[in-house]
Amino acid sequence: MIKAILIFNNHGKPRLIRFYQYFAEDMQQQIIRETFHLVSKRDDNVCNFLEGGSLIGGSDYKLIYRHYATLYFVFCVDSSESELGILDLIQVFVETLDKCFENVCELDLIFHMDKVHYILQEVVMGGMVLETNMNEIVAQVEVQNRMEKSELCNQN
Amino acid sequence: MECVRMIASPRYSEKRVGYLGAMMLLDEKQDASLLITNSIKNDLSNSNQYIQSLALCTLACMGSAEMCRDLAPEIDRLLRASNSYIKKKAALCAVHIVRKVHDLGELFTKAARSLLTEKNHGVVHGAVVLITELCERNSETLERFRKTVPDLVQIMKGLVISGYSPDHDVAGISDPFLQVRILRLLRILGRNNEAASDAMNDLLAQVATNTDSTKTVGNAVLYETVLTVLDIKSESGLRVLAVNILGRFLLNNDRNIRYIAMTSLQKIVGTDHNAVQRHRGTIVDCLKDQDASVKRRALELSLALVSASNIRSMMKELLSFLSSCPPELRSQTASGIFNAAERYAPSQRWHIDTILHVLTTAGGDVRDETVPNLIQLITNTSELHCYTVHKLYRALLSDISQQPLVQVACWCIGEYGDLLLTGECQETEPVQVTEDYVLDVLETVLQSHMSSPSTRGFALTATMKLSTRITENVDRIRSIVSIYGSCIDVELQQRRSPLWRIYCFSLDFKLKLILDQSNKLT
Repeated sequence: MIKAILIFNNHGKPRLIRFYQYFAEDMQQQIIRETFHLVSKRDDNVCNFLEGGSLIGGSDYKLIYRHYATLYFVFCVDSSESELGILDLIQVFVETLDKCFENVCELDLIFHMDKVHYILQEVVMGGMVLETNMNEIVAQVEVQNRMEKSELCNQN
Repeated sequence: MECVRMIASPRYSEKRVGYLGAMMLLDEKQDASLLITNSIKNDLSNSNQYIQSLALCTLACMGSAEMCRDLAPEIDRLLRASNSYIKKKAALCAVHIVRKVHDLGELFTKAARSLLTEKNHGVVHGAVVLITELCERNSETLERFRKTVPDLVQIMKGLVISGYSPDHDVAGISDPFLQVRILRLLRILGRNNEAASDAMNDLLAQVATNTDSTKTVGNAVLYETVLTVLDIKSESGLRVLAVNILGRFLLNNDRNIRYIAMTSLQKIVGTDHNAVQRHRGTIVDCLKDQDASVKRRALELSLALVSASNIRSMMKELLSFLSSCPPELRSQTASGIFNAAERYAPSQRWHIDTILHVLTTAGGDVRDETVPNLIQLITNTSELHCYTVHKLYRALLSDISQQPLVQVACWCIGEYGDLLLTGECQETEPVQVTEDYVLDVLETVLQSHMSSPSTRGFALTATMKLSTRITENVDRIRSIVSIYGSCIDVELQQRRSPLWRIYCFSLDFKLKLILDQSNKLT
């Protein structure tokens, strides 16, 4: 099970936070800070798996991260998920974002946070991987966006 | 409350934002979440599939036990719906429900079985996850699902052999995520069961040989295959193949691959010890890797691989690792070295040498019981007393900051100080000391700001013990010890008083006997 998905930039500012297990708000902030601290110390050519600190879920969890330009994508998972599989999932997620936003950059995440959440909802649900086919995800997201647009048009 | 209002609105855009807000802000412990149960129930029966999916998503993320109980029949109905988009979401929602309320697993078994025959990969994926969850929770369900092994094998074959399918292709492998999930389920079904394992053998061999390992995705599938092979009752040829694949992974340049190879070798080192021993050289090399995660894995694996035949060479590697390893791994390394030394030490002297080496390098990170254990060990090796006390004296001269080392050294000097003063030793070059030098050293320890209270206690006791073993500087001992009569530290005072009283009365042979008895209590 995926416990949390965090995206933050090189300075530690969180751009997207999604927890699939309940944590109090100050705990959440602490987790984000500690994760950034652990991940930012890493070189670019070391392996992408970290056995992290002691905050989330005791000793069973790992941090699997990927660094793209200015953003860190961190998935916090427990031992039931395949590490290499999650690495691929991060890749699929980023490619989907790229397709939906056309050359996605950090500003897109800041200004269209709700859209990013909707896309994430199609990929991971309740901490479990839902869909991994990029075309399928993009198609679903587009239909939903069209529905929303048509409603707004009808209203006007 | 805004979220609740928005969720109840008939318009899609408002519902969407409302559900998103609910997922992020509410959690199952808050009462407001109960208010949306009714909305979710209505939305699950809505004709628009996207509204249904929003409801399913929210339920899967933050559904509490009561909500799950209420809505489980609805989910079951949706599992049989005709829409594959809804079916896959319903499957994952069912997983969440089963996690929250274990008894409801029974409700979903039938539907899960039929979902396996679907064409849509997303649905099959969801079904496999659901079945995995059901089997993990309940062993009866596990028995029932063993019958699905042939179906699963069929699906896997289809994925592996089929040609290029643009929909699900990731770098040349057809839907690797689904392959990995099915392999995991096969692992659970085949564990401890001969019949199921037999059915899978051919398939696993095929996957292991046909999958392309130049890309990460191929490696992910191979890795999962290896784990499955090692966990079920597979035939020995297949096991050898699996360990060889892991060996290949270890030599891979990509650190990620090396990391996971070591993780899986760790799991099988208990059962297939010899096979893993073959790769010992590579693993020990990984200790020198710059990456902290790889180092950690290599350390755990190296400690597991130590055996009577390779103890000397392994210990050399481990000791050099200890001097250069990152601080967070130090105490683990030290305790690992101690355990290994205790089990496989080829000689007593080697054992003592090793422990002393660890204490000098990483004395601050060893556990508390090391000191009494070491004292016990030294007491039991009577032929090495002379050697030990000389070595410890030298160590004390060079460095008094490592507390465990200082404590053991003080105890030794107190106990075997006479051996030190004779100036002879067979095993090592003896130091030429007088009683003054020895007392100097002990006094330095007593007065140093680096010594902890327990270290001071050791030094004080040692000083008093020496009073029976040396003849000339008795007055000096008396003056050192009397300072601590009014010492702030109660423990030191306590130590000093009874022995001091005995000391004052008589200094003959009977006294030595009493002091020797009290040593056993220290």
